[in-house]
Amino acid sequence: MDGLTPVTQRAPGRWQIATVTSIREQTAGVKSFRLGLPMWMPHCPGQHYDVRLTAPDGYRAQRSYSVASSPLDEGEIELTVDRLADGEVSPYFHDVLKEGDQLEVRGPFASYFVWHGEQPALLIGGGSGVVPLIAMLSHRRRTMPELGMRLVYSVRSAEDVIHADELGDEALLTFTREPPAGWSGPAGRIDAALIEAALAQGGDRWDPASVTAFICGSTGFVEAASGLALEAGVEPGRIRTERFGPSG
Amino acid sequence: MNDFVSRGFAGRPREPEELAERIPPGQHLERDFPVLTAGPTPEVGTEPGEWSLRIDGMVAEEREWSWEELGTLDFEDVPCDIHCVTSWSKLDTSFRGVPLDPLLEAVEPLAAYAMVYSHGGYTTNLMIEDLTDGQAWIVTEHEGEPLARDHGGPARLLVPHLYFWKSAKWVAGLRVMDHDEPGFWEGNGYHNRGDPWKEERYWTD
Repeated sequence: MDGLTPVTQRAPGRWQIATVTSIREQTAGVKSFRLGLPMWMPHCPGQHYDVRLTAPDGYRAQRSYSVASSPLDEGEIELTVDRLADGEVSPYFHDVLKEGDQLEVRGPFASYFVWHGEQPALLIGGGSGVVPLIAMLSHRRRTMPELGMRLVYSVRSAEDVIHADELGDEALLTFTREPPAGWSGPAGRIDAALIEAALAQGGDRWDPASVTAFICGSTGFVEAASGLALEAGVEPGRIRTERFGPSG
Repeated sequence: MNDFVSRGFAGRPREPEELAERIPPGQHLERDFPVLTAGPTPEVGTEPGEWSLRIDGMVAEEREWSWEELGTLDFEDVPCDIHCVTSWSKLDTSFRGVPLDPLLEAVEPLAAYAMVYSHGGYTTNLMIEDLTDGQAWIVTEHEGEPLARDHGGPARLLVPHLYFWKSAKWVAGLRVMDHDEPGFWEGNGYHNRGDPWKEERYWTD
């Protein structure tokens, strides 16, 4: 890791009451919520926060959401939330929360699916699984753009792309359902050719054995993508995965 | 902070009391069986020579059981509720397997701690007292079917009274130790013991 630690990790915080400072719509079913935290601490890209909702009768619902923003955004975090039709917490985010509302959160948590400056880093995201990878990408861009980091992003259609403004030249997209008109790039499910294209991007081919892979998405996506990374020669011990199960 | 109420939050219809009291704090009911693994899913076979369970370390006698030998032991059904630290709980599920008690009796642990290790490199630490007295099993079936590979098949540890990361998938063995050491998640921010009823999720809980 060459001593490169973009942020030091500290003990995660207690429950605190955040304030929604802005909401932006990413796609029809995905919104990003910027929260101001009274007891903010820098997170490592890839970490998550727990969110807890409390009803007047004391009933509570709790879920975890990855942070999409860079820890350089002092005092704030951004959570990107996919609205699940039969969910309990994500519909609250989408249908109820407004700017100025308060939200109980604690974090940041977990130190495994976390980017500490490892390079070269191959990020592979499916759907909203790209969120923690966006935090890695934007943090690296703002702190150490010279570090090798590339993203493979599998998404249904152009309308489903989230955090589009944070995707730079290092992002390789594949459209699984409907490529945009005139698109000549990859289409269909992620495959060995796409992994190879990412490894060889810009004519600077990475030795797969040197690569640390961060893979996030649905269980099926992660199984497929980690299998492809293994076949491409990435060491099993350097493949970190995070599966987005149904959580609501 | 305890009197904080989320504006406009009603929540799902409440579960009936007999179910609600079986769901630990901060958990919600899940009817599927989600998969959570830190890395790629290992391929572990059960052909002769491919699978074994080993108990070693500070024991009177180290032992290893092959898949065939495991199959000759007494299996039992384990109806249970399981609780994942990512906040879902699954009630009234069932596994089938071999209780850990006779396996541990066969090796005679001489110390109080264990590190469970898996194919693929996963580890998790438990106290021997959390693995004995009918609290832990090596299971090979889930709800009447062979345990699926992505849920730890062919065999996983089952310790339903602790958060489910303690129930190591693709279990390969258990090392008895005279001191406690954090396993994989325990070294990555999660609680050392992980009792869902005390909501022991993270280091600071």
